[in-house]
Amino acid sequence: MKKNQLMEKVIHGIFLVLGLITVGCVLLITIYLVISGIPAIREIGLIDFLFGKEWASTAAEPKYGILSFILTSVYGTAGAILIGVPVGFMTAVYLSKLASPKVKSVMQSAVSLLAGIPSVVYGLVGMLVLVPGIRKIFNVPDGASLLAAIVVLAIMILPSIIKMSITALDAVPKEYEDASLALGATPIETYFKVSVPAAKSGIAAAVVLGVGRAIGEAMAVMMVAGNVPNMPDSLFQSVRFLTTAVSSEMAYSSGLQRQALFSIALVLFLFIMLINATLNFFLKRETE
Amino acid sequence: MKKMITMMMVAVLAISMLAGCGSAKTTGSVATDGSTSMEKVIGALGEAFQNDTGISFTYNPTGSGSGIKAVQEGRCDIGLSSRDLKDEEKSAGLTGTVLAYDGIAIIVNPENPVADLSVETIAKIYTGDITNWSEVGGNDVEIVLIGREAGSGTRDGFESITNTEDACKYRQELTSTGDVITTVSQNPGAIGYASVASVKDTVKALTVDGVAPTEATIKDGSYVVQRPFVLVTKSDAELSEAAQKFFDYITSSDANEIIGAAGVVSAN
Repeated sequence: MKKNQLMEKVIHGIFLVLGLITVGCVLLITIYLVISGIPAIREIGLIDFLFGKEWASTAAEPKYGILSFILTSVYGTAGAILIGVPVGFMTAVYLSKLASPKVKSVMQSAVSLLAGIPSVVYGLVGMLVLVPGIRKIFNVPDGASLLAAIVVLAIMILPSIIKMSITALDAVPKEYEDASLALGATPIETYFKVSVPAAKSGIAAAVVLGVGRAIGEAMAVMMVAGNVPNMPDSLFQSVRFLTTAVSSEMAYSSGLQRQALFSIALVLFLFIMLINATLNFFLKRETE
Repeated sequence: MKKMITMMMVAVLAISMLAGCGSAKTTGSVATDGSTSMEKVIGALGEAFQNDTGISFTYNPTGSGSGIKAVQEGRCDIGLSSRDLKDEEKSAGLTGTVLAYDGIAIIVNPENPVADLSVETIAKIYTGDITNWSEVGGNDVEIVLIGREAGSGTRDGFESITNTEDACKYRQELTSTGDVITTVSQNPGAIGYASVASVKDTVKALTVDGVAPTEATIKDGSYVVQRPFVLVTKSDAELSEAAQKFFDYITSSDANEIIGAAGVVSAN
């Protein structure tokens, strides 16, 4: 008996340690980012850093303004949401409510497959197909642009939006729908006026998850967006995102440039934290 | 109870093994770290050295900046940089030794009829003074400038040779030589730059001032768009015996053939 109790305690302890490892990693990353991100912001000045329009990190007189990166990330994410959410949401409604089981299983495995494709593959296909395509269709000198990044991001966020929306829609009690149908509503009316409102916080969470995925993506975006630190004032402008600003210069950086890259990472981290907080808010509301 | 003791002993053993890995001092090995552009040449040299002496050789392709930092922090024996050391790096106690010269090819799409540009014209194109290929004898197509990211050795080399530092109006800044070549091969209006050794048939290398980028023209200096490959070491600390042996080997005339075979021109 005593032996069993001891075993329980030991196992409990092991699990606790494993859990603490995860928490420790988060803390370590947070602390490291803050410590390495603050010095450059101090040196450059918070206002000049966040609202400076020019980034020239290796110039003789370096400029470290990241407003163009912030706006690009915001516009790029917004654009991806604008395309990805309607498509993803409708797909989810179809798969959850309308599709026959056979179609549903085939399409759901296709969606899972889409989620499993590495981002470098998205980038490669974007570079070889989408970028030349945009150049020819819109008759612009070069296709690497904000638009190309938006399209790639929209496709990349589809799986998370679809999967989460399906989960939310599947969880709507069948009685709600039965009642609506019994009152004479057509199936489509029922899905959009009963099922979707009942699942709305789950769907909102899906959108927020999509935002998080889009704003954090680096590899695919780096290969199609052109990476020049321009202000994103046109869809066909070559632009640089917060993520690509960090990853494209990190390998060769030194001195204040490297510190400034950590500061960009810190800004990105704060964005992601904000998005996570929003996500938690929606998820909590759903369980209540 | 017995089971538990066994489990704990296994855990202790595992931890001590991990700790052992961290502190183990590898003797008779050479670690290099740095420029991705130098991969081909340093890989060939390392292989030959390993075959001759049996001393193990490692190369970590991280980029010039990272390689220089790695030497400084003592994480490798020799750093590899495809640009000259900056003054702040030299004053931080580092010494650079030129191993070889690498020509930077100016590449365009194979459909582009333009075959030769002068350094001045290239500079004008990259600073935005010339924006259409028809101005330099090509088709009526807008010029699309493809370059590398800030801090890249190739970009630094290209911009310092053409005197266009901080003035290039890039349309795309890509992070690898391969990406530059792919992008130029996809766009008939594109111009880019890449290490001569890595240029493929999918793009056309231009002659500069009438000189084609070949080993002979880079060696005699008539092809002007070229940059050094630098070995970075600590000024105040001696190399390990194995690293010194490697350093002597690759800077000796015995290594010339291997360096040449890798598409760059030996400095010694």
